[in-house]
Amino acid sequence: MNNLPEPNYLSEPKGLKSWLLTLDHKRIGLMYLFAIMFFFMVGGIFAVLLRLELLAPGKDFMEADTYNQFFTLHGAIMIFLFIIPSIPAALGNIILPLMLGAKDVAFPRLNLASWYVYVFGSLFAIFSIVTGGVDTGWTFYTPYSSSTGGSVISMTLGVFILGFSSIFTGLNFIVTIHKLRAPGLTWFKMPLFVWGLYATAIIQVLATPVLGITMVLLILERLVGIGIFDPAMGGDPVLYQHFFWFYSHPAVYIMILPGMGIISELISVFSHKKIFGYKAIAFSSLGIAFISFLVWGHHMFTSGQSELAAMMFSFLTFLVGIPSGIKVFNWIATMYRGSISLKAPMLYALSFLFLFTIGGLTGIFLGALSVDVHLHDTYFIVAHFHYVMMGGTVMAFLGGLHYWWPKIWGRMYSEKWAGISVALIFIGFNITFFTQFILGGQGMPRRYYNYLDQYQPLHAFSSVGSWILGLGFIVMAVYLIHAIFKGPLAGNNPWGALTLEWRTTSPPDPHNFDQTPEITHGMYDYDKVMIESTLK
Amino acid sequence: MDGKGTLYLPPPSSTIAGEVDALFYFIFYTSLVLFLIVIGAAAYFIFRYRRRDGKAELTSGISHNTKLEILWTVIPTILVFIVFVWGFKTFMKMHVAPKDALEVKATGQKWFWTFDYPNGANSLNDLVVPVGKPVRLLMSSQDVIHSFYVPDFRIKMDVLPNRYTITWFEATKTGEYQIFCTEYCGKGHSEMLGKVIVKTEVDYNTWLEQSAVDIPEGMSLEDAGAKLYQSKACVTCHSVDGRPGVAPSFKGRFGKQEQLADGQSVTVDENYLRESILNPQAKVVAGFQPVMPTYQNVLTDRQIDALIAYIKSIQ
Repeated sequence: MNNLPEPNYLSEPKGLKSWLLTLDHKRIGLMYLFAIMFFFMVGGIFAVLLRLELLAPGKDFMEADTYNQFFTLHGAIMIFLFIIPSIPAALGNIILPLMLGAKDVAFPRLNLASWYVYVFGSLFAIFSIVTGGVDTGWTFYTPYSSSTGGSVISMTLGVFILGFSSIFTGLNFIVTIHKLRAPGLTWFKMPLFVWGLYATAIIQVLATPVLGITMVLLILERLVGIGIFDPAMGGDPVLYQHFFWFYSHPAVYIMILPGMGIISELISVFSHKKIFGYKAIAFSSLGIAFISFLVWGHHMFTSGQSELAAMMFSFLTFLVGIPSGIKVFNWIATMYRGSISLKAPMLYALSFLFLFTIGGLTGIFLGALSVDVHLHDTYFIVAHFHYVMMGGTVMAFLGGLHYWWPKIWGRMYSEKWAGISVALIFIGFNITFFTQFILGGQGMPRRYYNYLDQYQPLHAFSSVGSWILGLGFIVMAVYLIHAIFKGPLAGNNPWGALTLEWRTTSPPDPHNFDQTPEITHGMYDYDKVMIESTLK
Repeated sequence: MDGKGTLYLPPPSSTIAGEVDALFYFIFYTSLVLFLIVIGAAAYFIFRYRRRDGKAELTSGISHNTKLEILWTVIPTILVFIVFVWGFKTFMKMHVAPKDALEVKATGQKWFWTFDYPNGANSLNDLVVPVGKPVRLLMSSQDVIHSFYVPDFRIKMDVLPNRYTITWFEATKTGEYQIFCTEYCGKGHSEMLGKVIVKTEVDYNTWLEQSAVDIPEGMSLEDAGAKLYQSKACVTCHSVDGRPGVAPSFKGRFGKQEQLADGQSVTVDENYLRESILNPQAKVVAGFQPVMPTYQNVLTDRQIDALIAYIKSIQ
C-alpha cells in the first residue's frame, strides 16, 4: 500500500506533449513552480557571489563592472522572475480552483498562454545575461540606463513581456473568483488566501500596464532618442522615477498580499482555531491594494520632488502601514486559546511573524521624512526590503510550499530535516540582514562595490550569514525532492484542515473533485468540526 | 550637539542631526516595545496552548473583540501620526536654508565632486567650510543622477542633470566628514567619495584666499602638481605606482610610445598631456574606456603646468 491514488493529475495523461499543451491548472502551476525555483536558484547564486565579493573592501575576486551587473541581475531576477509570480502563478494556480471547489480556472488556455509568455520573457532576460549583462540596477533609473552600454533593451523588453504574463494570471483569477466558487461558498466564506489573491489580482491588472508603458518609453529613449527622459532634449529623468514607482510600489503588495493570505491559512490550521477578525483581514487586503497606488513618492523623498508632495506621500505611507499592523494583531489573537502544533509550515508562519514585524516596523523609520533623508539609499533600505520581501513573502511562500507539498505530490517530507532547514534559514537570514540595518544607520550606501575599512567587520559578518542561509536552502532542496519519490503517503488531509482542497485526493484527480463539494461548514470552524489527520 | 555615535548612528555633527536622531530613537524604542509585545504574546501562546500528545482538539470559537480591535487600530494610528508630524517638521527645516547662509556651488559628475566658492576658488572632492556657519549647497550634475550624502550631518539630496537642487547644513565641530554618492552612477560609484573639511573661521578664510591663487608662492611646480594630483581627483583613476586602474598609471609614462584605441600611436610629451587634460577623449590609450571628464575651466594654465611637471617626475 505505497501507491498514490489513481487517476491523479501527475500521472494522467502521460507524455511530454500532454504536459506542454496541458490546460490543467495544477500542471501549469507546477510548471510555473519549476521555472520560478530555477530562477530563485540563479538569483540566489548571484546573491552569494555578491556577499562573497563584499567580504573585504576593494577587489576580492570580481571587477566593479561585474559586481554592478550581478546586483542588477540579482534584483531583476528575484523581483520579476521569482517573487512576483511565486505565490500567485505557482502556488495560487495549483490551489485556487481547489479551494473554490472548481474544476479549473475560468480561462485555462489563457492560463497556459501566461506560462509561455513568462518563459518567452525570461528568455530575453537570459539573453541579456549572456550578451554582456546590464549594470543599471533593477530600477533602470534614467539617464544612467539610457546612456550606459550593455543589454538594457533586451532586459527591459523581457520585463515588458513578463508583465503580460502577470496581467493574464490576474485577469484569470479575478474571473475565477467571481464566477467559479462552489455553490454556498459566498464571499465571506472564502478562505483568506483567496482574498489575498483577489486583492493581488486587482493590482496586477491595474498597475502592470504602467510598467509596460514605462519600459517601452525607456526602450524608445535608447533606440531613437525620443527625449522624454533626456534633459538635453527638455525631458525629465525624474519623470521616469514617478512612472517606475507608480507600478513598482503597488508591485510590492503584489508580492506581499498573497503571502499574507497564506499566513492566515497556516496560523488558523496549525492553531486549530477559528481565524480572528476574518472581515478585518479580508478588508485590510483590499484597503492595502487601494492605498498602495497612492504612496509611490515615498521612494523619492530625496529626489527633489516638492515638499508638499513629500508630505502627502509620507502621510499616505503611514496610512498603508496600519492595515498590515492589524493583520499581525489578528494572527496573534488567532493563536489565543488554540491547539498549536509546530509543524514545518507553522515554523515558517512564525518566522514570517517575527521577520515581517521587523520589516514593517523599520518601514516606519523610512516613512518619517527627516529620518528617511539619512537612511535613504543606504543598507538600511536593503535590510528593510529583504525583511519584508524575503522575511515576509519568501517565508510565506516556503510555508505554503511545505503546507501544500503533500497535496501537490501526495507524499510527505521529513519533519526533522524541515526543522533543521527552517532553523538554518531563520538564523542565516538574521545574521545576513539585521547586520545591514546597522551598516545603513552608520551611513554605508547601497550598490557600493568598494567600501571604507570601518564597515568591514559588519560586512564580513553579513557575508557569513549568507552561507548559512544558502546551506538551509540546499538542505531544503534535498529533502523536498526526496519526499517526491520516497516520502510516506500523505493521504487527503494530513493537517486536518477545513478548506476544500483537502477534500480531494493527494495528488488530486485530473478534474479535481468527483463531484462539486458541498459547503457543510465554515472554512475556519475549528470550534465545531473535527477532522483527523490522514497522515500515519 | 556634540554627542557620540551609537550602535545605529554615527556621531551627530550638524545642527539638524540631533533632531533627526531624537525621532530615530523615538521610533526605535516605540517599535521595540511593540515588537516585544507582539513576539512575547506569540511566544506565550505557543507555550501555553501547545498541542498535547499531538492530538488536535476543538477550540474556542472566539473570533471578535470589538474593544480590542478598536484599541489596536487607534493606538498605532496615533503613534504614526506623531511620527509623521515630527518627521515633516524637521524635513522642512532641512529644506529651508537660513538667509545668511554661505553659498557654495556643488557639481557632481562621474566620479567626483567639484565645489565652487563665492570668491572664485574651487576644490575637488574636498568641501571646505567654516564651523558654526550655515552653508547652502546649490547642486547640479554634469551627467547622470548623483546624490550628495554626509552621514554625520544626516543630510542627503539627489543631484540632477536638468535642474538645481538644494541642501544646507551647519557643522558643529571642526574636523573631516565623509561625503558619499548615494545614487548609483556606474563603475566608479563607490569611489565617488569626498570629505567635508570643517575649519575654524580664521583657517577657512586663510584657505579661501590661498585657494583663489593658482599656486602658492614659494612652492615648486612639481610639489604643486603633487598636491593638485590629490585635490583635483586625478588619484581616483590614475595611480603613481604602476598599478593599472580605470585609467593608465602615471608611473614611467612620460616619454613612452603609447598605442591608442584607434590604432595609431603617440609619444607621451607635454603637448599630449596638456591635450589629454583639456580634451580627454581625443586620444584614448588602447584598453581603456573614454570616461575622463574635461578639466577645461577647472584648472588654470599654471596648474596644468604643475601637473605636467609632476607627471614627468614620476619615473
